Amino acid sequence: MLKLPIYLDNNATTPMDPRVLEAMIPYFTEHFGNAASRNHPFGWEAEEAVDYAREQVAKLIGADPKEIIFTSGATEGDNLAIKGVFEMYASKGNHIITAVTEHKAVLDTCKHIEKAGGEVTYLSVQEDGLIDLKELEAAIKPTTVLIAIMYANNEIGVIQPVKEISAIAKKHGVLFFTDATQAVGKIPVDVIKDGIDLLTFSGHKMYGPKGVGALYVRRKNPRVKVTAQMDGGGHERGMRSGTLNVPGIVGFGKACELCRIEMEEDTKRISQLRDKLENSLMQLEEAYVNGNKEHRLPHVANISFKYVEGEGLMMGFNKNIALSSGSACTSASLEPSYVLKALGLGDDLAHSSLRFGLSRFTTEEQIDYTIKAISETVLKLREMSPLWEMYKEGIDLNSIEWAHH
Amino acid sequence: MAYSEKVIDHYSNPKNVGTLDKASKTVGTGLVGAPECGDVMRLQIEVDETTGIIKDAKFKTFGCGSAIASSSLATEWLKGKSVDEAVKIDNMDIVEELNLPPVKIHCSVLAEDAIKAAINDYRKKNGLEELVFEERIH
Repeated sequence: MLKLPIYLDNNATTPMDPRVLEAMIPYFTEHFGNAASRNHPFGWEAEEAVDYAREQVAKLIGADPKEIIFTSGATEGDNLAIKGVFEMYASKGNHIITAVTEHKAVLDTCKHIEKAGGEVTYLSVQEDGLIDLKELEAAIKPTTVLIAIMYANNEIGVIQPVKEISAIAKKHGVLFFTDATQAVGKIPVDVIKDGIDLLTFSGHKMYGPKGVGALYVRRKNPRVKVTAQMDGGGHERGMRSGTLNVPGIVGFGKACELCRIEMEEDTKRISQLRDKLENSLMQLEEAYVNGNKEHRLPHVANISFKYVEGEGLMMGFNKNIALSSGSACTSASLEPSYVLKALGLGDDLAHSSLRFGLSRFTTEEQIDYTIKAISETVLKLREMSPLWEMYKEGIDLNSIEWAHH
Repeated sequence: MAYSEKVIDHYSNPKNVGTLDKASKTVGTGLVGAPECGDVMRLQIEVDETTGIIKDAKFKTFGCGSAIASSSLATEWLKGKSVDEAVKIDNMDIVEELNLPPVKIHCSVLAEDAIKAAINDYRKKNGLEELVFEERIH
């Protein structure tokens, strides 16, 4: 029996894998020690658990355990990487390059950098969401200290050419930081092969707990350092003070291990379901996939259904299906998705978009239900849409003088 | 955000969805909003020439659930009213009836604008002076 509601908003957060929870439980009550307590068994147990998790985390991304800094999540990692590099390498320069489709945690951190006297270049993206490598290289100046480009986008799932970016960074002696929150655990990420200097990701996007993440900071070729953004006991090699979240870290480690072992199988199954969903919905007239379809996460689809509005669309099924829309009405800002707008989509298409994020726990039955519910709602709302009627009558919507309000 | 029962009801069972003949002299059409803003409403009234009573009203709306509900409710209220009475429909009445939250008040404003635009279209077609409404800040 199909259980409702169906969860297809896995780019926002994933459910935790029960095996992760199982690993965490003893570390709340039984092994509750502080990993920094060096003088008794409670502390030793906690430290041992953290060390083990650090290995599990490092292994997933091809890093050395010593290169893993535990954080509270990807937002903290973004802040620590960007502000930390900006401060640490101030004598070298003050220029950072990023892209307009980055997560707010990166963009707002860059805004902060600008206020602090730094200079930031925001690269635009092409229609498919990919950055232009030539533009990237042209933006590098003698004062550039960091390139901050995400691994894969949270709204459209588009995967940036990370290897090529890192090669350009290396050629010019610039550090490369990537927010890999949506990518790690879903596709193979390897800091050595990919040439990454700093990388952040988070537990709760990959079936682990919320409130824990990691920042990878390269130790060799080159040795990278970041200035700590919190003062305190000098934990995590002095880069991130604060008592370690031992149960969270244990769970995060377990989640990384499961992803490493099961990623290939999971991806095969999930991408088939995603393709089924996407291909079926694309049978509807005037439906458009947003972002590059080839360089894309296997579990993500972002589709615009022209002439229906995203929030109105979701209302047709949101009791039973959980997902996100790029519509303004679903955001606090009343602005449609800045990511979709950066692809050159008109506001109308941005308003009409739905984002699907599948997971390890998504079933074919759920996808079949979703296809049916969304198709029916789109058809119903189009019957109700004056824009659809005009489109069907062959009226060019751009020829109408709309009263903007 | 949770929707009120009444919004959900209008969304699920919208009243008076459809199209009237916009070329007809007895039909007034109001098209307001913009696709870029995420809502467009088209509201139409059909006026009985002898009585001046709105005998039919139809809408089509591109927008969120609250926009659909506001226009559905507006058509219900319009039917059976005289044109002069219809002018007096205030957006805050719609807000109250549907329990719209503050972020959705613009949906009710749009519905009021659509009513006024439809009435003016009808007046224009029938050689009457268009009514001037206070400019409001949306």
